[in-house]
Amino acid sequence: MLPSTQRKQRIDELAETGPGPDAGVSLAASAWRRLRRNPVFLVGASIIGAFVLLALSSPLLAQHDPALRLLEDQVSRAQNEIPPPQPGFPLGGDQYGRPFLSRLLLGSQQTLLVAVMATVIGLGGGLTLGILAGAFGGWVDTLVMRVVDVMLSVPSLLLAVSIGALFAQQTQFTVILAVAIVQVPIFGRLLRGSMLAQRASDHVLAARALGVKERSVVFRHMLPNALGPVVVQSTLSLAVAIIDAAALSFLGLGSGDTSVPEWGQMLGSAQNFFDSHPQLAFWPAGCIILVALGFTLVGESLRDALDPKNRR
Amino acid sequence: MLRYTVRRLGQLVIVVAVLSILLFAWLRSLPGGPVSALLGNRATPESRAALIQQLGLDQPLYVQYWKFLQRAVSGNFGVSTGVQPGTPALEVFLQRMPATLELSALALLLAVAAGIPLGYFAARRRGSWLDNVSITWSLVGVAVPVFFLAFLLKYVFALELGALPVSGRHEAGINATEVTGFYILDGLLTREWDAAWDAFLHLILPAIALSTIPFSVIFRITRAAVLDVTEEDYVRTAHSKGLTERVIRARHILRNALLPVVTIIGLQTGALLSGAVLTEQVFNLPGLGQALSLGFQRQDFAVLQVVIIASAMVYVLVNLIVDLAYAAIDPRLRTR
Amino acid sequence: MLTASLAACAASERDSAAGGNDGTMVFGAAGAPALFDPFYASDGETFRVTRQMMEGLVGYKPGTAEVQPELATGWEQSEDGTTWTFQLREGVKFHDGTPFNAEAVCANFERWYNQTGAGQNSALSYYWIETFGGFADDDKPSLYESCEAPDPTTAVINLARPTSKFPDALGLDSFSMQSPTAMEKYQANNVRAQGSSFVYSEYAKKHPTGTGPFKFESYNEGNGTITLTRNENYWGEKAKLSRLIFKIIPDENVRKEELLAGSIDGYDFPNPADLQSLSDAGFNVQVRDPFNIMYLGITQKNNPALRDLKVRKALAYAVDRKNLVQANLPEGAEVATQFYPDTVDGYAKDVQKYSHNPEKAKQLLAEAGHSDLTLRFYWPTQVTRPYMPDPRGIFNAIAGDLRAVGITVEPVSKPWNGGYLDDVNNARADLFLLGWTGDYNSPDNFIGTFFGSTENQFYTAAAPWGEDLAKQLQAADREPDPAKREAMYAEINRKLMAQYLPAVPLSHSPPAIVTSKQVKGLQPSPLTAEEFASVSMSEE
Repeated sequence: MLPSTQRKQRIDELAETGPGPDAGVSLAASAWRRLRRNPVFLVGASIIGAFVLLALSSPLLAQHDPALRLLEDQVSRAQNEIPPPQPGFPLGGDQYGRPFLSRLLLGSQQTLLVAVMATVIGLGGGLTLGILAGAFGGWVDTLVMRVVDVMLSVPSLLLAVSIGALFAQQTQFTVILAVAIVQVPIFGRLLRGSMLAQRASDHVLAARALGVKERSVVFRHMLPNALGPVVVQSTLSLAVAIIDAAALSFLGLGSGDTSVPEWGQMLGSAQNFFDSHPQLAFWPAGCIILVALGFTLVGESLRDALDPKNRR
Repeated sequence: MLRYTVRRLGQLVIVVAVLSILLFAWLRSLPGGPVSALLGNRATPESRAALIQQLGLDQPLYVQYWKFLQRAVSGNFGVSTGVQPGTPALEVFLQRMPATLELSALALLLAVAAGIPLGYFAARRRGSWLDNVSITWSLVGVAVPVFFLAFLLKYVFALELGALPVSGRHEAGINATEVTGFYILDGLLTREWDAAWDAFLHLILPAIALSTIPFSVIFRITRAAVLDVTEEDYVRTAHSKGLTERVIRARHILRNALLPVVTIIGLQTGALLSGAVLTEQVFNLPGLGQALSLGFQRQDFAVLQVVIIASAMVYVLVNLIVDLAYAAIDPRLRTR
Repeated sequence: MLTASLAACAASERDSAAGGNDGTMVFGAAGAPALFDPFYASDGETFRVTRQMMEGLVGYKPGTAEVQPELATGWEQSEDGTTWTFQLREGVKFHDGTPFNAEAVCANFERWYNQTGAGQNSALSYYWIETFGGFADDDKPSLYESCEAPDPTTAVINLARPTSKFPDALGLDSFSMQSPTAMEKYQANNVRAQGSSFVYSEYAKKHPTGTGPFKFESYNEGNGTITLTRNENYWGEKAKLSRLIFKIIPDENVRKEELLAGSIDGYDFPNPADLQSLSDAGFNVQVRDPFNIMYLGITQKNNPALRDLKVRKALAYAVDRKNLVQANLPEGAEVATQFYPDTVDGYAKDVQKYSHNPEKAKQLLAEAGHSDLTLRFYWPTQVTRPYMPDPRGIFNAIAGDLRAVGITVEPVSKPWNGGYLDDVNNARADLFLLGWTGDYNSPDNFIGTFFGSTENQFYTAAAPWGEDLAKQLQAADREPDPAKREAMYAEINRKLMAQYLPAVPLSHSPPAIVTSKQVKGLQPSPLTAEEFASVSMSEE
């Protein structure tokens, strides 16, 4: 779990790194200028680019159906044998005789899906809470923030495990949901913080003074300007989602349907073969580490780029 | 200050109350439940019905919750059904807490001991190879799933090299007197040096695995704080006053830079608990993390309730203490 | 991956660190025992510990499921099969010094029979209810009537009717003889339901007292270790180990690693996939005779198609059990032709057999008019059982076979304790994977449990023969003449496979137990009821 994803203090700090009142130059433009020259960002972005490209093209690259036990005759539980690399199967088979390379390639799709869906759901939930709290203030704010605090007071993995365990039957969707709900309070608090900072800012006060309607102030002026930190957090949360999904799988709460491969699930189910067939764990672990690193690099460099201090 | 503390403690009570209700209702909505766990695969519909009735699980949820509260007031939080069957849940918690605290403390110590000096020197020599290497390390550190790292460490150091023990807190059959439940401390107190050493050896690998994320955080915060402080006006003033570099470093930079670092250390408790669930699982440490994962597997309501509520309380309390410490140091915060 | 010499070296290091005591064995246990009073227990983790400390009137011959004398030196059954007279061993004392005699035997029986409140719950006194039925103060009939002690070395048990379970069932761990003095002193019967669980007595947690070769020393919950020490006053051959330690390691992989690293000396039920590598590394892997059954369960409650014998036979023909056993089960596993292994009385060699025949299956389905059958197939997650080492793999293999004959399989997977057992036992499935490990050598313990009641997982109440089958099983159980009884059970087995087929028997798997090379003299038991008194640690 990324530290920056869970702690109120950090969240609030991040919320304050939004554009200052003097955001004269377009924030995005100036951030992009600095990002383009940042090697950290470039490395991260290339990793993500390659990952997304892989996810999109994997149906073409994968030569076999990942659910088919093509090499089942080479599997022996009694002898603890799994199919070795062979012509047509460069990485051999997994513990059920399914084509390992094809599973690894296609696993990128589900992994991307888990990351994106969990972040989108987490963001959506957080957005709702944050807008409610930030826009209305008063008792709505207090209530929402109490709920958020209760959620934040449970260590994040525990929360994910609790939600994952709620479902009798674990599927890819329940994994996504479990990972996403952990993100909700973080996004909620983040957005509220940003919105509160915006409420007091000059351009919002000006808009109010000009008689702009409350709803329009919220959606036209406050929300867009509060989004910078959210973009940063979303990027980081993509990495967290992938790692958390793997942790859930390790704890036995991963998707029960293994016909559709996902890296976290592949890694979690390889734990029994760590000493005899380490490749089953190493390949998905390597992929997860690389992709999580990519998202982290981009997130961190975005944070730096959006930090007004760095614009001096 | 006092009013602030009282208000925050009041909030803690509310958080715990809400959490306990949610948790209670939520656990009982889980499929299976203690009846399955107690009866196993030899259950018949009749025996299930009899047990449900005997345990009062057929009563409305609020009645059950009320009974739970009544017992909880007298310190009785129910009895474990799966983790340590038959043992009161509170006892399970108290027996296992030292293992987790010991592990977390050592992990945090490692993270601090490595993170602060590295962060400081990385900032002082910004752009140097030391800076680059430590930044890369801290970034990769958070990208590696904790349980994978734990497995890796175990296989290399415990199984392949045989240098460190595989799992547990003590060798089975060791002669150790238990005083506090903290095995290293116990060994030192009773002068059973071999027991203390054995307990320490058992903790090395799990603590390293658990320390990676706190290390990354502490390292990065230290580095950023030192960079910030170096550019502050008072440091420039100190320079222009002609103070020696050593005095500036010790009095102005390090001291001010450590403030946010101290805060972030306090805030690592939640991350440590999350990590402990995974690390304890890999290294079979009978701590709270293992109690939680076993509790879910075996549907042990009593233990789950106690452990989750207690960890939430610890987490909220630590945050409160950190905030108070911070408020004491930085008066600007009190007005918020 | 690890050489044996390294493991051995680590082991000897540990022994010297532990004080140079050569007589200590550390055995890896998979879970914490619920308590140490076997009467209230039904889990293997408890029994493995209490078996070393306590003995019953009868025991099982090491390495077999055959009954042999233990605390009773002999027994006689009356003509009508309702009175059992046991001659007791003389000069035996419980660990607390209380003499073992006929009074102690009757005190134990009376204690069991007179359970009240929570003690009557089958989560606690499961084996009593299974074997004897009711208690003194409830309306269910009890097989037990009374116990008499005409002289100190003779105990007479009066039963309400003859039963096939005697005397074998008395060897069950739950019916171990415990010290009446200690039980009274530490209030052994003080067990209460509270919240979502039970609170056990001080006796059960801290003072279990039997007659066995080991004595209870301590249970360190913080470190997860149970320590037993040698009973120096044991009546028979004294234990060779001075100390026996059980270390609780819930994770299967960690148990293996601890053995490889030499910090434990053995553990039970190693993963079949590890057997080869463990024995290659020089460990002593002992495979027991299979005493279990895994079956493809059929619930006749929900899907009317399953009430058609042709459909159930089609299922039997569709499943390639030979391949299943070869690919998914450990070496030594066998295809099951009926609902219990051949070591149990009444096993019939000439039952109808169903070899893999997809064509025949399709034809039977077509005849029954169910060519487009859809079945909800339940399989469990988060569990392995000795008879079912890899539920996912087994499910996949069977589901594939069923699809091959045109059946649409709707998979439903649930965690074992998190809904699977619930749903299956409440007859919510169509097909399911389950099995059974025998407690003792009795057909009743297998098919009596399965089909003796009609509204369980199989829901034979929906079948025209369901009631009848239950009655036949009851009649066989009550037959006092062993030869006749065996013939009756054999007949039931034939009918089960030819006319009823309430489920498809799949396999018998041999559970293994693995120890380090230093462990000598461990006799594996098909009942997985090993006794460690004969074990010694050699210097190597």
